[in-house]
Amino acid sequence: MAKILKQRNIISLLILIAIVFPFLTKNEYFIHVMTLSFIWMIGVYGLNLLAGYTGYLSLAHAGFFAIGAYSLGILTVKAEMNFWLAFLLSLLITGILGFLIGLIALRTKEHFFAIYTLCVGYIIYLVIDKWDSLTEGVRGLIGIPAPGKAGPINFEEPLSQYYLVLFFLLVTVLIVYRIIHSLSGRTYIAIRNSEDLALTIGISTMKNKLSVFVLSTIFAGLSGALYASFIRFIGPDIGQISVTFDLLTYLLVGGIGTLSGPIVGTVLIVWLSQELQFLQDYRMLIFGPVLTLLVIFYPRGIVGALTGWKHKRDEKRKPQAARASSMAFGKSQVTVDKPVKEG
Amino acid sequence: MLKLQNVSVKYGSFTAIENLKIEVEEGQIVVLLGANGAGKSTAFKAISGLKKPSSGEIFFQGTPISRRTADKIVQLGIVQCPEGRHLFPAMSVYENLKMGAFVHRRKKDEIKKSMSHVFELFPILKEKQHDPAGSLSGGQQQMLAIGRALMSKPKLMMLDEPSVGLAPLIVEQMFEVIKTINKEGTTILLAEQNANAALKIADKGYVFENGSVVLQGTSNELFSNDEVRKAYIGA
Ligand SMILES: Nc1ncnc2c1ncn2[C@@H]1O[C@H](COP(=O)(O)OP(=O)(O)OP(=O)(O)O)[C@@H](O)[C@H]1O
Ligand SMILES: [Mg+2]
Repeated sequence: MAKILKQRNIISLLILIAIVFPFLTKNEYFIHVMTLSFIWMIGVYGLNLLAGYTGYLSLAHAGFFAIGAYSLGILTVKAEMNFWLAFLLSLLITGILGFLIGLIALRTKEHFFAIYTLCVGYIIYLVIDKWDSLTEGVRGLIGIPAPGKAGPINFEEPLSQYYLVLFFLLVTVLIVYRIIHSLSGRTYIAIRNSEDLALTIGISTMKNKLSVFVLSTIFAGLSGALYASFIRFIGPDIGQISVTFDLLTYLLVGGIGTLSGPIVGTVLIVWLSQELQFLQDYRMLIFGPVLTLLVIFYPRGIVGALTGWKHKRDEKRKPQAARASSMAFGKSQVTVDKPVKEG
Repeated sequence: MLKLQNVSVKYGSFTAIENLKIEVEEGQIVVLLGANGAGKSTAFKAISGLKKPSSGEIFFQGTPISRRTADKIVQLGIVQCPEGRHLFPAMSVYENLKMGAFVHRRKKDEIKKSMSHVFELFPILKEKQHDPAGSLSGGQQQMLAIGRALMSKPKLMMLDEPSVGLAPLIVEQMFEVIKTINKEGTTILLAEQNANAALKIADKGYVFENGSVVLQGTSNELFSNDEVRKAYIGA
């Protein structure tokens, strides 16, 4: 049982389910919802790298999501560029803007950083909303093309779109996995642990924070570009702060700073929202308190709770290591470390 | 090797250290003595680049370093072992040591060599290399903090109150190891309240009060000084 709960195994299992999912259900609507979930997950992974592993809570994430989406939309619809070229460029644009914004934003820390990025996110939203000549403002951008044909595969079909998005999600997970288990990953965790301590052992914290910030915005941009090509229509509301909070909710529920948290949280919340749609906005009456309780009792979400529970079982067998979990040095509850090896 | 020239450091409008003059020669063990809040850690922060001096200059091997960032200063060969033995509690002992070699991250062989050197000094760390650092005892954590600092192959190692909260026997062992590290060629700057143990291994010392040096001299001079005995040795 303990083995099954290893995050790597959880992920392998989830991938398998994702691959066979379209064969289990013939319902196109389900496939549509699932494709959307995958798109969100990519964005959540970006947020997780920054907020979860490095300890910098960015509230500008929806802004970068929108930059990715609008870059693709404008380049394909208005500049009539080839889809894949526009797709690549939109990631590049998001990354460059992320770099410039990060350069300034990362001079702040903790709640100042959160507030600063909150403002940045709002400014991005305003620019999209007001810059009519470029973005079509509130009318939105219509007629964004799907990826089109690549050899025998026609990406206009829901099923091939599903697999395309799944492919990008897997690439995302793989990249994040590699980063977290590399020296860079440990460096990010060291920064989350204590920036002064990281500096003390010779880590250039600014360089590392900037690189993870840019990476995080590129994932947001990727998520946005995929969204634009999947929904084929975008309006300024995709850059609204509520989208950032949605992504953050997925991350918190699944498990911030865990490798499989973004998948678990997103699937769960997206499907729950679908199932509870009859409640309309009263859903929040349920989500709000549940989220609050979860953050209080399980600061590392569902995945954190499961691995924590597994740890306790292991430690009961190995009494000597039991002291480890009781010694929490982290800055706050959310950032208390668990061995990364778990992932 | 290290020279502080009229260094002052402020936290906001509060001056934590003022006009500090300290000199450390290569190969020495130098100790900063002082009660809580005297400014020892602040002096360390200024040297290691965590806190920029508001005036004055710090020279390391003749180069001014007060404008350099902390990571560059580690590359120059100054490493700080901060107070409260800060570790990465969730990482294993081995990973903590490896993080200590961050500035040499591309030299795998050197890392291996430094690692076995640390394991020689602290055999217990080898035994526990796969345990999370947070599960170690206080003394072992201090050993790990020192070991991690050594991994950067420093020319100058600063230790901020390594003896605090440790049993007397462990303190004695700790200072033995510090002496060994010094004999092997690392210059040591030590901050301590435990003057007795520190002066035994030190070449010279500075006594801090309210952010200024009030007394300085060789260990023997300080050891036999009445005020020092009264304030820090309790005899
Ligand atoms: N981050 C800070 N902000 C404001 N004041 C500080 C800060 N850190 C230290 N101080 C003040 O600076 C003075 C010197 O503190 P410092 O930590 O350098 O003393 P210390 O000699 O290391 O003491 P201890 O033996 O307790 O470690 C103290 O009065 C302390 O209150
Ligand atoms: Mg101190």
